[in-house]
Amino acid sequence: MTSTTIADDARVMHHPKTWIGKYVWSQDHKVIALQYSVTAIAIGVVALVLSDLMRLQLGFPDAVKFITPSAYLQFLTMHGMIMVVYLLTALLLGGFGNYLIPLMVGARDMVFPFVNMLSYWVYLLAVLVLVASMFAPGGPTGAGWTLYPPQAILEGTPGRHWGIILMLASLAIFVVAFTMGGLNYVTTVLQARARGMTLMRMPCTVWGIFVAAVLGLLAFPALFVAAIMMMLDRGLGTSFFMPSLVSMGQQTSFNGGSPLLFQHLFWFFGHPEVYIVALPAFGIVSDLISTHARKNIFGYRMMIWAIIVIGALSMFVWAHHMYVSGMNPYFGFFFATSTLIIAVPTAIKVYNWLLTLWRGDIHLTVPMLFAIGFIFTFIHGGLSGLFLGNVSVDVPLSDTFFVVGHFHMVMGVSPVLVIFGAIYHWYPKITGRMWNVPLAQIHFWITFLGAYAIFLPMHYLGFLGVPRRYYALGETAFVPASAHLANQAITIAALVVGVAQILFFYNMIWSYFRGPKADPNPWRATTLEWQTPQTPPAHGNWGPKLPVVYRWAYDYSVPGAAEDFIPQTVPPDGVARRPAT
Amino acid sequence: MGILGRLTEKPWLAPAVDPLQEPEARGLRALPAAAVGLHVYFAVATVMFLLIAATLVMRMGDHGFSTGQQPDWRPMIWPRLLWFNTAVLVLSSAAWEWARAAAERGRLTSLRTGLLAGGGLALVFLAGQLDVWRQLEDAGCGLTGTTMGAFFYLITGLHGLHLLGGLAVWGRTSLKVLAGAPAAEVRLSVDLCAVYWHFLLLVWLVMFAVMLST
Repeated sequence: MTSTTIADDARVMHHPKTWIGKYVWSQDHKVIALQYSVTAIAIGVVALVLSDLMRLQLGFPDAVKFITPSAYLQFLTMHGMIMVVYLLTALLLGGFGNYLIPLMVGARDMVFPFVNMLSYWVYLLAVLVLVASMFAPGGPTGAGWTLYPPQAILEGTPGRHWGIILMLASLAIFVVAFTMGGLNYVTTVLQARARGMTLMRMPCTVWGIFVAAVLGLLAFPALFVAAIMMMLDRGLGTSFFMPSLVSMGQQTSFNGGSPLLFQHLFWFFGHPEVYIVALPAFGIVSDLISTHARKNIFGYRMMIWAIIVIGALSMFVWAHHMYVSGMNPYFGFFFATSTLIIAVPTAIKVYNWLLTLWRGDIHLTVPMLFAIGFIFTFIHGGLSGLFLGNVSVDVPLSDTFFVVGHFHMVMGVSPVLVIFGAIYHWYPKITGRMWNVPLAQIHFWITFLGAYAIFLPMHYLGFLGVPRRYYALGETAFVPASAHLANQAITIAALVVGVAQILFFYNMIWSYFRGPKADPNPWRATTLEWQTPQTPPAHGNWGPKLPVVYRWAYDYSVPGAAEDFIPQTVPPDGVARRPAT
Repeated sequence: MGILGRLTEKPWLAPAVDPLQEPEARGLRALPAAAVGLHVYFAVATVMFLLIAATLVMRMGDHGFSTGQQPDWRPMIWPRLLWFNTAVLVLSSAAWEWARAAAERGRLTSLRTGLLAGGGLALVFLAGQLDVWRQLEDAGCGLTGTTMGAFFYLITGLHGLHLLGGLAVWGRTSLKVLAGAPAAEVRLSVDLCAVYWHFLLLVWLVMFAVMLST
C-alpha cells in the first residue's frame, strides 16, 4: 500500500498496488458497485431461467419431464426470492447506490470503505448459501417466496429438511450485509457531500437511493427477526409461529404459535421492500427523463417530498397483503385507506415525469426509451394496484394471476426497465466505452413489448379466476379453452424475452472490449459524476481537488446560456452566455 | 438552518444561506461519521427489538392459539440472578461514563481503570446471563420449555451478541491504551462505546420490563 494525502482532504487515501487489492478485496466504492452488480445480475439470470421453466410447464403442461410439481414450487419460490431480494435490492442499492452516491454528491468514497467491502462479501456469502440450498438434499424450499408457516416447515413442502433452513440463513445473512451497506449510504449522504451540495441540490437519484436505504434499515430487521424465529421453530422446535397441529397423521410437538405473526413480520418488511426497489428507480428515471429531454425536472421539490412521503407511508400499509388471512374489518378499512393514499404522491411523480417530457427537447436515446417504457408499465401496474388495494375487490382476485400480473408490472418490469436504462446511461462513464445503438434499440423493443405480451394477458387470466402457484390447471369448469391459449402465448413471449437478453449481455461485453471510446459526458449532463477528471473515474474520483457545487442538478436549456446544460460545478459568473441577437 | 428550512429551499434560485460561505463544519456534518453511523444503527437495532417486543406481546396475548390438548401455558421462573445482572450492566455503563470523562480530560490512569471496569463488568453480565440460561434449562423453562422461555433466549441472545460486538471495539481500544496511545487518540472510540453501552442498557431495561409485565 502506498499512501498519499490529497491536498484538500484530511483523510489519507490508500491506493492498493496489487491486482487483488484493487479488484478483489477492494474498498473502492466503484469496484464494490461492480462486484455487487455482477453478482446480482448473475443470480438474476438464474431466476430468469427458472421463470422460463415455469412458463414452459404452464404453457405446455408436462412437455418437460424434469419439471415435477415439487420442482415447479421450488422454481417459483427461488425465482421470487432471488428477483426481489438478491437481484433488485442488491443491484439498485449495492450496485447503483455504491457507484452513484459518492460520485453524485462529490465525495471521494463512502464514509466507511472497509464496512462497505465487508457488505459485499457478506452479500456474496448470502448468495452462496442460497445457491447451496439448490444442491442440498431435498432441494431448495418450495414454500412460495413468502415462506408462510406452518406449511413452509412441515412435511409435504419441498425442501422442508435443508432448503428452508438454508433459505432462512441466507436471508438473515443478507440483512446483515444490507445493514452494513445501508449505514454507509445514509451516512455518506448526510456527511460527505461536497461544498455547496445542499440537500435540495442533490439529484433525484441520490434522494431515491437515500430514502430507500433508510426504509431498508427500518424494514429489514423484521425479516431478520422472522427468519431467526422460524429457524428456531424449524431447527429447535420452539413454537413462535407454529400452532398445535397434526401433520401426516402425527401430532407435532408444536403448540400455541401463531402463523399470522409471521405474516405481520414478513409484510412489515415486504411492503417497504416494494419501495426499497421502487424509490431508487423513481429517482433514476427522473434524472434520465430530465437529461434526455433537456429540461429541468418538473416540480423538483414535489418530487423529493413525494419520495419522502411515499417512504413514510409505505411503513403503514403492510397488512393489505393479508386481507384474506382474516382480520378485523376496521383494520382492513385502515390499511385500504392508507394504501390508496399512497396513490397521491405516486401520481404526483407520474404527472411530473409527463410534464417534464411536455414540450421538452426529447432525445429518443436508448436510456430515454427505457425511461418512457417505465412510465407505461408503471402506470399500468399502479392502476391495477388500486383494484387490489380495496378489500372487496382484492378478496376475489387474491391468489389469482391478476396479482401476478400486477406486481410483475409494477415492481418487476418497471424497475428492470429503469435498471436497463440506467446501465445504458452510465455505461460510458463506468467503462469509458460506448455500446452499440441498434442492438440496444432492438433489446428495448423486444423487452418492452414482450413484457406487455407476458403480463397483460395475466390480468385477464386472473379475472377468469386462474389461480397462481398451481402446477397444472387440470380439468376446471371455469377456465375456458382461451385461457390455455393465452398461457401458450405468454410462454412463447416469455421465452422470446428471456432469450433476447442475450443481446444485452453481448452488447455490454463486446462494447467493453471493442466499443468506441466514449465522450466523458456523452449525454451533456449536469450532475457531478460526468465532471470527473478521468473517465472511468480513478481511485479517489476527483484528482487533487474536490468539486465545489454552485447550482442544482437540473440546469438544462437555461434561457440565455450558450449551451443547453450548465454543470453543477460551474460558478454563476462562469456561465457562457449566448450573444444577444 | 434547520432541516425544514433546507427541505423547503428552492434550489433553482440561490439558496437562503450561501453554502460556500457557510462555515465548513456545522450541525450534523460537524459530527464524526462514526458517530452518525452509530446513531443510524441505533434506529435499526431499536426497530428490531421493538418488533420482538410487539411479537412477544401478541404471541402471549390473543394471537396465541391453543387446542387445549397441549397447554401452551407454563409459569415462567425469573431467577434472582437477573436482578444482579441488571445491576452489573448499570455499573458497566457507569464505568464507561467515567472512562469517557477521563478521556475527555486526558487522565490516562482513570481511563485505564474505567475501560477495565466497563469491559470487565460487561463480561460478568454475559457470564451471568449464560448462568440464567442454565438455570432456566434446569427448571424446564428453556428454549423449548415455555413460550416465554423461547422469547427470553431470543432476546438475551441478540442482546448478548450486540454486547459482544461492543466488546470487540473495547478490546481494540484497550490494546491501544495499554500500548501507550494518548487519550486524544482513543477519545472517539471511548465516547462511542459509552453511548453504545448506554443504548444496550436501555434496550435491556425495556425488554426485561416487557417480559416481566407480559
